[in-house]
Amino acid sequence: MADESKDIYYVEGTPIPETPLPGKEPPPWRETSVVGKALPRVDAYERVSGSAAYPSDVHLPNMLHGAILRCPHPHARIRRIDASAAAKLPGVRMIISGNTPEADLIWKKDPVGDMRLFEPICRFEGDVVAAVAAETPYQAWDAAHAISVDYEVLPFVADERQALKPGVPVVHPKGNVSKTDRYERGDIAQGFAAADVVLEESYRTECELHTPLEPHGCVANWDGRSLTIWESSQGVYAVQSRVAEVLKLPLARVRVIGHYMGGGFGSKLEPGKYTIIAALMAKLSGRPVRLFLTREETYLCVGNRPPTNMTVKAGVKRDGTLTALEFSVLGTGGAYTAGGTSLADWLARDLYTCPNVRTISTDVFINAGPARAFRAPGHPQGAWALEQMMDTLAEAIGMDPVQLRLKNIPSVSQAREGNPPYTSTAFKECLELGAAAFGWEKARGEARAQRASRHIRRGVGMAGGLWFAGGGRPPSTVVVKLFPDGSANLNMGASDLGTGTKTVMAMVIAEELGIKPEAVQIECADTGTTQYATPSGGSKTVPTEAPAVRNAAVQVKQKLLEMAAEALKVDAAELVYRGRDIASRQDSSKRIAVKDLEALKRQGIVVGIGYRGPNPKNMTTHPFAAQFCEVEVNMLTGELKILRFLAAQDSGRVMNRLTYGNQVIGGITMGIGLAATEQRILDTGRTGKMVNRNWHDYKLPTALDVPVDVTVLPVEPVDTAANNTGAKGLGEPATIPTAAAIANAVYHATGLRITCTPIHPQQLVQRLADRPKEG
Amino acid sequence: MSANPTNGPGGITRRNFLTTVGAGAIGAAVSENALAAGKEVAPPQVTPAGRSVEVALRVNGRTHVVQAETRWTLLHVLREVIGLTGAKPGCERGECGACTVLIDGIPRYACLTLAVEVQGHDVTTLEGLMDGEKLGTVQAAFVEADAFQCGYCTPGQVMAVEGLLRANPNPSVEEIRRGVSGNLCRCGAYQHIFKAAHRAAELKAGK
Repeated sequence: MADESKDIYYVEGTPIPETPLPGKEPPPWRETSVVGKALPRVDAYERVSGSAAYPSDVHLPNMLHGAILRCPHPHARIRRIDASAAAKLPGVRMIISGNTPEADLIWKKDPVGDMRLFEPICRFEGDVVAAVAAETPYQAWDAAHAISVDYEVLPFVADERQALKPGVPVVHPKGNVSKTDRYERGDIAQGFAAADVVLEESYRTECELHTPLEPHGCVANWDGRSLTIWESSQGVYAVQSRVAEVLKLPLARVRVIGHYMGGGFGSKLEPGKYTIIAALMAKLSGRPVRLFLTREETYLCVGNRPPTNMTVKAGVKRDGTLTALEFSVLGTGGAYTAGGTSLADWLARDLYTCPNVRTISTDVFINAGPARAFRAPGHPQGAWALEQMMDTLAEAIGMDPVQLRLKNIPSVSQAREGNPPYTSTAFKECLELGAAAFGWEKARGEARAQRASRHIRRGVGMAGGLWFAGGGRPPSTVVVKLFPDGSANLNMGASDLGTGTKTVMAMVIAEELGIKPEAVQIECADTGTTQYATPSGGSKTVPTEAPAVRNAAVQVKQKLLEMAAEALKVDAAELVYRGRDIASRQDSSKRIAVKDLEALKRQGIVVGIGYRGPNPKNMTTHPFAAQFCEVEVNMLTGELKILRFLAAQDSGRVMNRLTYGNQVIGGITMGIGLAATEQRILDTGRTGKMVNRNWHDYKLPTALDVPVDVTVLPVEPVDTAANNTGAKGLGEPATIPTAAAIANAVYHATGLRITCTPIHPQQLVQRLADRPKEG
Repeated sequence: MSANPTNGPGGITRRNFLTTVGAGAIGAAVSENALAAGKEVAPPQVTPAGRSVEVALRVNGRTHVVQAETRWTLLHVLREVIGLTGAKPGCERGECGACTVLIDGIPRYACLTLAVEVQGHDVTTLEGLMDGEKLGTVQAAFVEADAFQCGYCTPGQVMAVEGLLRANPNPSVEEIRRGVSGNLCRCGAYQHIFKAAHRAAELKAGK
């Protein structure tokens, strides 16, 4: 075997960033040697070999398997539960329900009242009714199906557009309005009066389901008074705090582990009722319990991107100046308070310079599964409306769509108190460089020229966006542990959702310590053994964790310099860390190898603790994007083919070019789903039930639905104010403009403005048939 | 998928599916046909779904003799009985492909395959592509092309590409897309998967 113990330090001569004096934070990097490169993931081996243990792979000795019986009605009162037949079935070891005294728990506080773990009134199809633990999953399901429940089926409302009409059933006694938000700046009437053109249009986006490949679930095990949970989660500390709160346990007695997880997209930012149920059944049976949802269940009860009904009224001058924007949205978070319209109006408020803006958001209850954050909550929906309206305005005033956007680019966040400037914005460059790299003008012209001849029509469209968050923030604590041979261990609480977090952090340490990324071993996502992190989500993980990791690595260097100063009997400020050794700047004969440091030998390792420092005051940090695409529409069949995409993304410094590109193509794929394939279908009239609760009937984009030709163009503004790495978030902005860009391209191809998602052949062919005859 | 699912070379045929897992409805249909032909035949033997039988499975070149209920899927036996967790449950209804394994070299959904069906056939899982601790060619190509994000669909994607390349060592991009079109990736890393499949073909050809 090769001797890898000598292969720790980076190539000799690679510059290592200066070490700041003790107690000082490092200045932002300028050039980097490791960070920014296209490097394979540090956990790639585990993910492709099968050795990565996902929570659903955890198999404990003597483990039981759980199954949950869920309410089949959108609204029903449970009169009686009879589990006597189920209890007699082979292998059944535990059944719990609202009849179980230990299960009488508050699951969540909600403005409409406390939600119990087992609610006597089920307000959405899929709320929990009872649960079983048995020797095999097959036996658990046999038993769940054998539980007899007497329901009083109640009237329901499953369409948010009907929820406020008189006489409609109420989801909660106080009525169906969850929340109304208003925002206003300037004088909207004056804005419209000053416009040369005023247009108004309504838009709708359908409800989408996250459906990560690994279903939601966990394995729960008690050791006496202490509970350990392996959960498929975006944030182990968020699971820990909720479980401890519900079960009334001290945090230290709830350990949550989530080393790997098979996708979340927002739906795994929090635990589920299943987590508590697994823990309860494990406690009551005295055996570990694994409880993962079936695919069908993941469609009903673990979140969604809620539907939105939006109207945009916009005023523009002939020169492209926006004078007024009025935006309204009606949406729903489902049966409980879940931010049904949250942030849908943000792009209308903040993306373009506009002095007069008014928005109103009405969030209503319906008898359907509660929403959860879904990759850029509200934003792809808001972009669907605003970015189509921008194209409509551009056409009305005879201006190129890119030019109209360039005309209205802000340098400050107008919707925030005090109009703080952005720490960086390269939205302008995203539009300009993106259009140039895509060949925007040429492609638009050629698509048009091609039109007359065939039933296949080509169109080119684009859209822009920004993300409400994406700058990261405290808290985060990480520990970097340096071994005497130069290799290091990173201990951080954050989860790597597959976005490459671990790899980026290894690169940050490599950059600071002058070692190879593969010489960094990482412990993550375990409340028992790793440091604190907020859940991974909202495009904040890298800008939150990377500065903390950098600070920890810097502290390791500061400590090494102090040790060397003691050994060499010089002032630490005179010394420079060079990787393998530390030397005096003035006298190169004064040097000592790290492994020879007596102080290091005395303590065995050097530990650096890093915290995420505060964000800059009176400034705000956000990623931006502009995406361009070319599509083909078959005017006879309504089929839409997406030919190519280009994404120009400003997420600050690129940390790893390989995983960066991957995350952007993933965002585009997801946006294609919103634009063209995905739609929750509820039988709103008769039963209120979801009719397409599987991947056959609810269509995710497949390998055949995405273009082969996707270009990712990072636009990297130098951002020295955001944080000490210059990185901004990427996950969200990569999917915000996608669907709107496709809709604009479809308009360009067909002349049809498709205002409702998804643009599937059924809709397109209907719209094509409805067109007035030409000539 | 590149192969006909009901009659692949050496795969599971509809005929041996029926003889292995007799079910009431199918049994009745068979009897009616026999009656129509004017012959008397003994009713087919039906094993109740919950009954355990001994099943010999050849997985990654080794034979495992396990007690399995006749209704247990190959996926369940691989993961919960034999302890090979590479193949993942994503839907357990033949929609996502995360459980894809090779049966006699052809990609198949382990969640739609009963364990008793695969007696006498060769099953290859993700783990079977490894050479000790060394990654197989397709796996190495997936690392190089960064052809995954969360990694949960990856075992299935790798097996789909492995099966594709065994049948077609030099696939076009369109053939690659079709070859993995039965495998969903919610992270949406498809373009990198296409690159990995292309790279794996090169590596297998010694390029």
